[in-house]
Amino acid sequence: MTATDLSKAPAANPLTPDREEARRLRAARIDRVAKWVLPALVFVIMIVGWDRLVVWNEIPHYILPSPGKVIETLVKDWAMLFDALLVTLQITLMALAVAVVGGVGLAVLFNQSRFAEMSFYPYAVILQVTPVVSIAPLIFIYVDNRMAGLLLSAWIVAFFPILANTTLGLNSTDHNLRDLFRIYGASRWQRLRYLQLPSALPYFLGGLRIAGGLSLIGAIVAEYVAGTGGIGSGLAFRILEASYRLNAPRMFAALLLIAVTGVVIFAGLSFLSYMLLRKWHESALKRET
Amino acid sequence: MGWAALPTLPMRMSDLIHRQILPLGHRPKLMQLQQVGKVFEGSVTALHDMSLAVHEGDFISLLGPSGCGKSTALRLVAGLSTPTAGRIQWEGGKGAGDLGVVFQEPTLMPWATVAENVFLPFRLRGKSLAAVKGEIDEALSLVGLSGFAGSYPRELSGGMKMRVSIARALVTNPRLILMDEPFAALDEITRHKLNTDLLALRERIGCTVIFVTHSVFESVFLSDRIIVMAARPGRVIEEVTVTAPYPRDEVFRTSPDYAAHCQVASLALRRAMGEAA
Repeated sequence: MTATDLSKAPAANPLTPDREEARRLRAARIDRVAKWVLPALVFVIMIVGWDRLVVWNEIPHYILPSPGKVIETLVKDWAMLFDALLVTLQITLMALAVAVVGGVGLAVLFNQSRFAEMSFYPYAVILQVTPVVSIAPLIFIYVDNRMAGLLLSAWIVAFFPILANTTLGLNSTDHNLRDLFRIYGASRWQRLRYLQLPSALPYFLGGLRIAGGLSLIGAIVAEYVAGTGGIGSGLAFRILEASYRLNAPRMFAALLLIAVTGVVIFAGLSFLSYMLLRKWHESALKRET
Repeated sequence: MGWAALPTLPMRMSDLIHRQILPLGHRPKLMQLQQVGKVFEGSVTALHDMSLAVHEGDFISLLGPSGCGKSTALRLVAGLSTPTAGRIQWEGGKGAGDLGVVFQEPTLMPWATVAENVFLPFRLRGKSLAAVKGEIDEALSLVGLSGFAGSYPRELSGGMKMRVSIARALVTNPRLILMDEPFAALDEITRHKLNTDLLALRERIGCTVIFVTHSVFESVFLSDRIIVMAARPGRVIEEVTVTAPYPRDEVFRTSPDYAAHCQVASLALRRAMGEAA
C-alpha cells in the first residue's frame, strides 16, 4: 500500500477573491444598507405624502391634522399627555407582571397536577376567548377600586399566552434527559428546577413578547370601558375626551404615544429574550454562511 | 486530543477511584439478571428469559439485530422500566451513584456549560459545585476536554459532545456504566477514535461497562464478553469471549487475531438471525 503526500500541491492564491465571491460580497453589502435605508425612506415618503395631502386639499385640522400639527400638539400638551402615559404605562406593566406570575404559576400547577389541569384549564380557555370588552363592564360593576378593575381586565388579556407557552415548554423536555434525571434519582422539585424550567424558558419568553403587547391593549381597552375621568386618567381616556371636543391633533398625539410605547415594550422584551438565550438557544444564534 | 496520550496524573491529585481489573474468571460478581423477561402491553415480548452475571471489570457488549431486546435489557438494568418476569440483583444492594449512563444522543442540557453538565449527577444528590470541583476536572481531563469546562454544548462537535456525556457518566465513579449505542450516530473516523479512547479510559479507571451495539467490529474491538441476541422474541443466543489482551489499539484493529474474533462473532450473529427468521 502506498500513500502520496498531497499537501505540497500548488494552490491558487487565496488572497484574490474570484468574481463569484466579489458579487456575493457586494450583494451582502447592499443588503446591510438596504435594511436601514428602505424603511427610513418609506417613512419619510409617508410623512411628506400625508403633509402634502393635508396642505393641497386644505383639510381642516379637526378632520386630519398635518404631521407638523401633531408634533406641535404633542409638545404643547406634553405635561397632560405625559401624565396620562404614566398612568397607562403603570397599568400595562403591572398587568404584565401579574400575568407573568399568574401565567407561570398556573403552568407549573397544571404541569405538576393533572387533576388541577383537568379542572381549571377549560376556564382559562373560556377567559381567553371571551372578548375583554364584554367582560370589562361587569368587572367595573363588581370591583370598586378603578385601578384594580383596570388591572384585572388587562391581566385577563395578557396571561393566556404566557400560560399556554410555558405549559408547552414544561412538557417539551428531552426524553433522554428525563430518563437521566430518573436514573440519578431526581426529586420532582429538582426535575422542575433543573430540567423543566430551563427547557421552558424560550417558550415562556415567546409568550412574554406577545403578552407585553396584549397587556397594553388590555389596559387601553379597559380604560375605554371604565370611561370615567378624574384623577389618574390614562391615554385612552385622553383620546376619548379629545374626540368629544373634536381635538383631532391631540387624538393623534396620544395615539402616537401609545404606538411608541407598544414598540418600546416589544423591543425591550425582545432584548431581554436575546440576553437570556444568546448563549445557547437556536433562536438567538447567528449562523455563519 | 486523545486522552490516551495524556500523562498519568499523580495519584494524590486524583479524586476518582481507580480500580484494578482482574482477569476473566477471577472477577467478583457485581450484579445479576435472573431469567428476566419483559412483556409490553401484555402481548409483545421484548425480552424473554435473560440471565446474565456481570462481574467487576467486565466489558460486556450486547450484540444483535434491531428488536432483539438489547436496549430493553439496558433500560431494565438502568431501572427505567421494571421486568415482568425474573429479577435483577445487585451485590450489596444498589446505591444512588452506582450507575452511569450514556445514550445514543449526547443528551446534554443546552443551557448549561460543559462543567455544569458533568456536575449534574452531583447536583441532583445535593452536593455543591465547589465540593466536587476536583472530580469534575478529572473526569473532563480523562476524556480530553480539560480546556472546555466553560463551553456550551453547541460549541462542540458531535464527538466532543459524546465525550462530555461519557465524563458525566463516570464522574460519580459508578460501579457500572451503561452505554446504549453511544457512537452509532458518529462518523467512522470519530467512532474509531472514541473506541480507542474508551478502552484507554477503562484501563485507567477500571470501570465495568455494558455496551449495546449492532456492530460486530465495534463489539469485538471493545469487549471481553459479547452477548449475542436474537429478535422476536428478544433473547440471548450465545456468549462469545474475546480473549485478546488489553490494551488494544489500532494495531489490534488490523491484526489477524481481531479478524478471527470478528468471524466468530459474525457467525454467532448469523445463527441468531437464522433462528429469528
